[in-house]
Amino acid sequence: MKIALAQIAPKLGDLPSNLALHLEWIRQAKQSGCDLVVFPELSLTGYFLEELAYHVCLRLDSPELGQLCEAARGTSAVVSFVEETSDFHYFISAAFIEDGAIKHVHRKVYLPTYGMFTDQRYFAEGDRIRAFDAGFGRVGLLICEDFWHNSAVSILAADGANYLINVSSSPGRGVVTGGRTLGSSDAVEMLNRMYAQFFTSFVFFCNRVGYEDGINFWGGSEVIGPDGECLAKAPYFDEQLLCVEIDPSALRRVRINLPLLRDEKLELTLREYQRILEQRFGR
Amino acid sequence: MAAKAGPPSSKDGAGRPADSASRLPDRLAINTATTERLLTGFIANEVRKVGFQRVVVGLSGGIDSALSAFLAARALGPENVTAIMMPYRTSSPESLADAQSVVDHLAVGSKLIEITPMADAFIAQSNADTNKRKGNVMARTRMVVLYDQSEALNALVLGTSNKTELLLGYGTLHGDMASAINPLGDLYKTQVWALSEALGVPDSIVNKPPTADLWVGQTDEGELGFSYRAVDEVLFQLVDERYSEDELVERGYDATFVRKVARLIMISQFKRALPVIAKISARTITREFRYPRDWGR
Repeated sequence: MKIALAQIAPKLGDLPSNLALHLEWIRQAKQSGCDLVVFPELSLTGYFLEELAYHVCLRLDSPELGQLCEAARGTSAVVSFVEETSDFHYFISAAFIEDGAIKHVHRKVYLPTYGMFTDQRYFAEGDRIRAFDAGFGRVGLLICEDFWHNSAVSILAADGANYLINVSSSPGRGVVTGGRTLGSSDAVEMLNRMYAQFFTSFVFFCNRVGYEDGINFWGGSEVIGPDGECLAKAPYFDEQLLCVEIDPSALRRVRINLPLLRDEKLELTLREYQRILEQRFGR
Repeated sequence: MAAKAGPPSSKDGAGRPADSASRLPDRLAINTATTERLLTGFIANEVRKVGFQRVVVGLSGGIDSALSAFLAARALGPENVTAIMMPYRTSSPESLADAQSVVDHLAVGSKLIEITPMADAFIAQSNADTNKRKGNVMARTRMVVLYDQSEALNALVLGTSNKTELLLGYGTLHGDMASAINPLGDLYKTQVWALSEALGVPDSIVNKPPTADLWVGQTDEGELGFSYRAVDEVLFQLVDERYSEDELVERGYDATFVRKVARLIMISQFKRALPVIAKISARTITREFRYPRDWGR
């Protein structure tokens, strides 16, 4: 199985130009024989949109998404955009496209609104976290901040996901010493390895590059195997279509050696969460 | 490393508790290679995506403008950087010599534009009779020259204000603080020293006492009343690490010094903001009308 991480630098608020970029990179990924091509968070619009969000939003039945569905025939694709609903709520969404149609939409659940982030000022929160079956296997799809909540990833693992996809627009910050790159990249790379190891699953992390209003995005997209090993990594700060061959049979071998998911106690977890809800939150 | 760069100062370590000296410089230290990559990428990206290829930078002979010029030359190529040297009659000849050494080293374009006739005409007509007024006139005259060159050369004005002076308000509004893009605004002075050393800014510039050179004998540290090294320690902990003033005093920093720094940050907030707009409508610029500057870029 071959997957591609499209580490692009979208133009902020320029939907037509970003759509053209997607079509071109999808074409290249197909040409390289990839079964899946993943684009980063808000790949069609750029990230720090503020009120531009209302200019560049798309309905799920929009011609732009239709064009992407057609272009992606023969492979699968994850693209991300501002989704407008018929009741005029706006979500940061990621669509999983397969066989010429949108197979699954994940709406970002955890909207960072602290420090440099203002997601909740403009966007509605997603209210579901669900794995789904793609042609190549069962997938869990999350967006950036979602991946910082281990409960979100736990749910997907419990729901049978073998492939965890994290699409991100992670700003680079914290220029640290000691041979490492950035505080923010260190943290996310640790999370990616930790989840791959804890949930004995593949992790596909696609982060963008480029600058918006002086804020950089650090890239460093990567594929982590179910044993926590990094299988491929894109450069920091530069665009790249990272194509990598992975061996799905690693899932079987790793999970026989380390049957953590088999031994999970879902009912116990649920009981204790229920108790905590009642005792601590009065529900 | 930041720890050994920079000028000597009689006030070094003022108000710093002895036990913090070994740890804090490590936290303030930056990975210079990553920082260079981020800042050259920033300059190339923010210049080109708005349709420009070139920058102009006012080169004073000091370290901040030297570092900005070094970064721009690496980001855009020396042929796309024009250094503008704008001495006033009281400016020190060493400043001009140091600025020229940067031009020679980088092989960037340069222009020497004396501001004396312009500034003196203004000073005479407006009776600017204090050092502060004259200094502001000089800083703002240089801004006018830079923006005129920006138009003449189809180039963006590259900023040179660092985080220390921005936080302290140690700059002239619409003067040296004016620019289109500023690569240094998130680097403390001690970090500017470290990055300058790593990039090969000439030693004579790295090692001399920082000065705005607005009047003879002026030095930043003399005027501010504390050393950059001492104030960066306090600023970094107050701003980046979110320690409270009380916590820093508890950790052994001189209370008067900490309160003075915190007050300078507070009273200079207006210099870091756009002019305040009186709200009338339902959708006011900067309140409900919020768009990124890189709109469509």
